[in-house]
Amino acid sequence: MSEVIEKAIEQDYKYGFVTDIEQDTLPPGLNDDVIRSISAIKNEPDFMLEWRLKSYNQWLKMEEPTWAKVDYPKIDYQAISYYSAPKKKELKSLDEVDPEILKTYNKLGIPLEEQKMLAGVAVDAVFDSVSVATTFKEELEKHGVIFCPFSEAVQNHPELIKKYLGSVVPHTDNYFAALNSAVFTDGSFVYIPKGVRCPMELSTYFRINAANTGQFERTLIIADEDSYVSYLEGCTAPKRDENQLHAAVVELIAHKDATIKYSTVQNWYPGDPKTGKGGIYNFVTKRGTCLEENSKISWTQVETGSAITWKYPSCILKGDNSVGEFYSVALTNNFQQADTGTKMVHIGKNTKSTIISKGISAGKGRQTYRGAVKIMKNADNSRNYSQCDSMLIGDKCKAYTFPYIEVRNSSAQMEHEASTSSIGEDQIYYCNQRGIPTEDAISLIVNGFCKEVFKELPMEFAVEAQKLMEVSLEGSVG
Amino acid sequence: MLEIKNLYVRIKKKEIIKGVDLTINAGELHALMGRNGSGKSTLAHVITGKDGYEIEGDILFNGESILDKTPEERALDGIFMSFQYPVVIPGVKNIYFLKAALNARRKYKGEAELDAMDFLTLIKAKIKQVGMDESYLSRAVNDGFSGGEKKLNEILQLLTLEPTFAILDETDSGLDIDAMKVIANGINEYRNGDRAIFAITHYQRLLDYMKPDMVHVMINGKIVKTGDIELVHELEAKGYSWLEN
Repeated sequence: MSEVIEKAIEQDYKYGFVTDIEQDTLPPGLNDDVIRSISAIKNEPDFMLEWRLKSYNQWLKMEEPTWAKVDYPKIDYQAISYYSAPKKKELKSLDEVDPEILKTYNKLGIPLEEQKMLAGVAVDAVFDSVSVATTFKEELEKHGVIFCPFSEAVQNHPELIKKYLGSVVPHTDNYFAALNSAVFTDGSFVYIPKGVRCPMELSTYFRINAANTGQFERTLIIADEDSYVSYLEGCTAPKRDENQLHAAVVELIAHKDATIKYSTVQNWYPGDPKTGKGGIYNFVTKRGTCLEENSKISWTQVETGSAITWKYPSCILKGDNSVGEFYSVALTNNFQQADTGTKMVHIGKNTKSTIISKGISAGKGRQTYRGAVKIMKNADNSRNYSQCDSMLIGDKCKAYTFPYIEVRNSSAQMEHEASTSSIGEDQIYYCNQRGIPTEDAISLIVNGFCKEVFKELPMEFAVEAQKLMEVSLEGSVG
Repeated sequence: MLEIKNLYVRIKKKEIIKGVDLTINAGELHALMGRNGSGKSTLAHVITGKDGYEIEGDILFNGESILDKTPEERALDGIFMSFQYPVVIPGVKNIYFLKAALNARRKYKGEAELDAMDFLTLIKAKIKQVGMDESYLSRAVNDGFSGGEKKLNEILQLLTLEPTFAILDETDSGLDIDAMKVIANGINEYRNGDRAIFAITHYQRLLDYMKPDMVHVMINGKIVKTGDIELVHELEAKGYSWLEN
């Protein structure tokens, strides 16, 4: 492959800077006492502590999975600190905020008002745009929508937590999910009551909330009967703590006639582009259950960051006529590795699932699509459409596809399409000959390749995702 | 406009072009004929700046050497090539590609870039000129196009980008008579006193429509004969062998 292309795909991590601030941190190591401390710091009810301990004991009996096509040195789980929170202070203005943090916000281009929210400055009613957040909160409350940090939900809505926590991803599910269940510190909680269409995308607000979530996040979203919610998870914020392991769990529950749309843009530190050193291990369990009839869960993800991604947002289609969707763009550049895909389990009758996966590998990136479609015995007239496309940029990267299909009902309809293409020098030359420079040509071709997924993203995210792809691929931006 | 001076070109030590001198002035149409493998397409790619050639001699465009320029710089300076094998770019809409190309050019010339609406108005007029259906605009670049459609799409790009110098690399190959007429019309629309065309072809028919000012014959990396349209007719009747040695 020509030097031009190689040069164009080199890039520096734009968001890779570390902020030095004081934190409350537990010493490294994991044992019963650490879990008790986390639960105590969070002032949790007994059932939570029991659940954590149960999960911890389960985790001790499990082995770290090795089936994914990713390589990394052995993780020393006793070297990780399992609780870390910024010290709380009452602040009156941005002048009191640690200048290191402010510098970080400015580099990321976060608007001033949002900076204040992030830094925890007391809301000043004079600033209109700040009160926007308050207005959001009031608006949500008016509709009965609960949207708060997970730890707050544990305090204020223990009955919901008790009922739904672990109902989709049980604490026994897998190694990283068990670990998360034992030590998670915070995350988000959403409850949409019956018949409510959530009046806004739960996005900007989440960004503000996200400042205090830890490396073991836990998100729980419940859409009650006939409700709708669109949830956006943006991860362009700096995430470069010493602990490289991020083992999050996301559980979605859609009741009768409910729809949940969950979108992710993930751009965590991918490690040093030259040596592959460092970077986040993103080992995430995301799953949703379409619990009752006519429910729908749709996952859309754009993954451009992390050194290693291990992630399979899945749908359990229990209710008759329920629908599961998975739209994914994953980019691995330099030394990044990703093993990602989805699982669609058809249990109810007339259930439908769609899988569109676009994998892009550049540099020495390695990428695997791993997907499973299961049609169970009673899932009459179920349908699946899968499309897995890989694009290779340069000749040192790799792409693998592992589609698993298991059909136990003869009325099922399955369609599977797969393709592998590469950005060829002839395509670049053709664009060049029309006056389009190489970097623009690559981003043009890559964006064309990802179009079907980008159009599933909410507007503001689609723009962000497109920019992110450009940043991740171009040599000039850095 | 274009001056080729004592040009030698090698690919991996193999000499393909062995001393070519050629001058094409504004307003002229030059045809280059010759057998397959005689070096015609190589000459075209060397002018547009494709990678991978070892070059001696010089190529001047508007009096300035272009050998150190990148393909996109040459393109922005006004050199265009209609590809013999237009490249497929899956997923990228034709209209989006054309807009990116035109705006790159406008930006280079210091003109304001066209927004989506203005571009749509412009491109709808252009696509009418080549008689293509508007639906081609929303299809991916050359993806699933027939041979003739691909060539028409090249002419659409020619008319949209309005370069000053156009190389047509076997634009007439694989076309039926009707398609050839449409393409010839498109090319004649493009022609004017400020522009020049360098047409590589095997056939008399397209040249009958376009009336070249000069016809060159290339054999084994050299231009061995230059004449007018009469030379084309002679070649049609006698073939190339009488020009060898």
